Amino acid sequence: MTAAKKLNLKQKYQYLTRNMDWEPSYQKKSDIFPQEDFEGIKIVDWDGWEDPFRLTMDSYWKYQAEKEKKLYAIFDAFAQNNGHQNISDARYVNSLKLFLTGVSPLEYAAFQGYSKVGRQFSGAGARVACQMQAIDELRHSQTQQHAMSHYNKHFNGLHDAPLMHDRVWFLSVPKSFFDDARSAGPFEFLTAISFSFEYVLTNLLFVPFMSGAAYNGDMATVTFGFSAQSDEARHMTLGLEIIKFMLEQHEDNVPIVQKWIDKWFWRGFRLLSLVSMMMDYMLPNKVMSWQEAWEVYYEQSGGALFKELARYGIKPPKYQDVANAAKEHISHQLWTTFYQYGHATNFHTWIPKEEEMQWLAEKYPNTFDKYYRPRFEHWDAQHKKGERFYNNTLPQLCQVCQVPVLFTKTEDPTSFSHCDTVHEGERYHFCSEACGEIFEDEPAKYVQALLPVHQIYQGKSGGPELPQVLTDYYHINIGEDNFDYVGSPDEKRWNEIKGIKPLNKDTDAA
Amino acid sequence: MAVKAISDYTAVPNDLVENFNGMQLLYVHWVNHNMFCAPFTLLVSPDATLPEVFGSHIQPATAPHPESAKIDYEKIKWELNGEPFTPSQTETLVSQGIDHKSMLRMTTPGLNGLYNASF
Amino acid sequence: MSQNVFIAFQDNENARYLVEAISEDNPDAEIQYHPAMIRIQAEKRLVITRETMEEKINREWDVQEMLLDVISIGGNVDEDDDHFTLSWN
Repeated sequence: MTAAKKLNLKQKYQYLTRNMDWEPSYQKKSDIFPQEDFEGIKIVDWDGWEDPFRLTMDSYWKYQAEKEKKLYAIFDAFAQNNGHQNISDARYVNSLKLFLTGVSPLEYAAFQGYSKVGRQFSGAGARVACQMQAIDELRHSQTQQHAMSHYNKHFNGLHDAPLMHDRVWFLSVPKSFFDDARSAGPFEFLTAISFSFEYVLTNLLFVPFMSGAAYNGDMATVTFGFSAQSDEARHMTLGLEIIKFMLEQHEDNVPIVQKWIDKWFWRGFRLLSLVSMMMDYMLPNKVMSWQEAWEVYYEQSGGALFKELARYGIKPPKYQDVANAAKEHISHQLWTTFYQYGHATNFHTWIPKEEEMQWLAEKYPNTFDKYYRPRFEHWDAQHKKGERFYNNTLPQLCQVCQVPVLFTKTEDPTSFSHCDTVHEGERYHFCSEACGEIFEDEPAKYVQALLPVHQIYQGKSGGPELPQVLTDYYHINIGEDNFDYVGSPDEKRWNEIKGIKPLNKDTDAA
Repeated sequence: MAVKAISDYTAVPNDLVENFNGMQLLYVHWVNHNMFCAPFTLLVSPDATLPEVFGSHIQPATAPHPESAKIDYEKIKWELNGEPFTPSQTETLVSQGIDHKSMLRMTTPGLNGLYNASF
Repeated sequence: MSQNVFIAFQDNENARYLVEAISEDNPDAEIQYHPAMIRIQAEKRLVITRETMEEKINREWDVQEMLLDVISIGGNVDEDDDHFTLSWN
């Protein structure tokens, strides 16, 4: 008896991505894939495309189903055991509030983005990779919301994440990042998201932060985080593959790709400044500092990567040195910003405890005691006098990254790296030379930015006064979601949990 | 550079002065006082004078800082959009070039922030 | 500067066998334990071999099963029925 020999991995992948594709006979290829050329990227031969994972649809469904089963078993166990009672400290939950409003909607935006570009490539291999990634991203968005729905029963600030993502001032940072990428062409989108974000930077979000979730007793989050991240290995491979593919196809692609890498490295770096403060300030049990994470996951891994890409004529991102130098500062600068605007956030802020300040001083020997500890000690004294500091005046925002103009010069960490330009009679302000340069490259794109501070002053955010903006437009419940952690309902509830556990379900929700 | 696009790409700036209901934006940065994490964005009347804006907007914004009460208006060194600037006491903002989305930097000699950290 | 490839796994039952197999096939690989995660790095090249893994786990093992437990990677990927390889050129 002769059974047909089982196909090996390479053959199966070949069937899926080549043999099932066809050459159009009665439509022009350029009409079917109208967005393939306008960015200036030249593709000579799509057969040069290889997905090294060689994942076929049957395997994809099999492994994804397996991942989901494992994940939801843990969610169930977490909920049934009141897992939220076992986290390190309720302050930790505030990092989840930021995650749910800032990151989970990006997963959904990525789903939309990959669905779109997955339609635009004439190479079937790229289409298949984008299609799988689109489904992955939708899964991530869903599992994150499911995981956090348990926390929503017990803590404030998690009740309206998609709306907040669209409207709340600081969430315009992640939102505009993805809008920028999604409104670009398909090749820039992949360079932005698959390469610069997923390959170069996403480790900084998922790996140390999720390891931190584990260290803070949050099994639900660590599980969705790592389950999502298991897809990420494939996404990262797509990111590296698209870059190598573009560079190998035509030498004219090199300067275009370099420009995109410069831009999207910087855009991603600015976006991740939010993560820096999550790691250094919002995880009560700390795994590694932002600086350490940056050194491992950008300086070392990125160094190895750009060494590899040098053969194609690609240089490390233009403003890499500025980003490297900022590793000693940004988490502190971001947290002090959110601390002072903590009346306008859906999460709580606080002064780090003395042992946390000692940890920060140890991790940041050049900067923490000199520049940042005095701020916290000053504000702590104010708070103890009953005058908790809030900045009641709106900040200037960067026209490109939309972060307040809070970053400082490499050579002088007390002086803002603000710059500005006049374009067609209008003045625009930036947090840095790098953001200014991104603007200069495509001013027509960024003059349209909806900067939340300006929107408020135009009267387009629910009303002229901040309380109306917060409640009516942002759906932040004043006195519940915002202000200092100390004295918050979250803190009160947490103290009750810790005081009288084990708690039964009925009294727990009260 | 032009935006590379699949069709003609035109754009209208979102923050033209006419969108601010007769008012304009003014950014103010108090140098060496990083208790305030970024320059302020203020909504002001283009017809106000700088002393008026100082009293109505800038002072309330800086008030939480212990050095705020010590600011001597006469001694402030101003920069307008990166250039040294001597403001008029009586002219309106817009008539002396402090137009929409201008940025004023104010340095207060003798007041250089707290804790030797420009705070 | 060294040019490390790396792979990170969830610290679970499967990972124990993966680490054993990787250590055997890549004697110079460095194993780092983090909360809930194991990170393995090596200079230039790291390989997971199906045959070694099957010996460790004592059953048939598909190379793509590593997709269930992987968290992150750094390096060029090459995968076939018998190997999963990470490398820098």
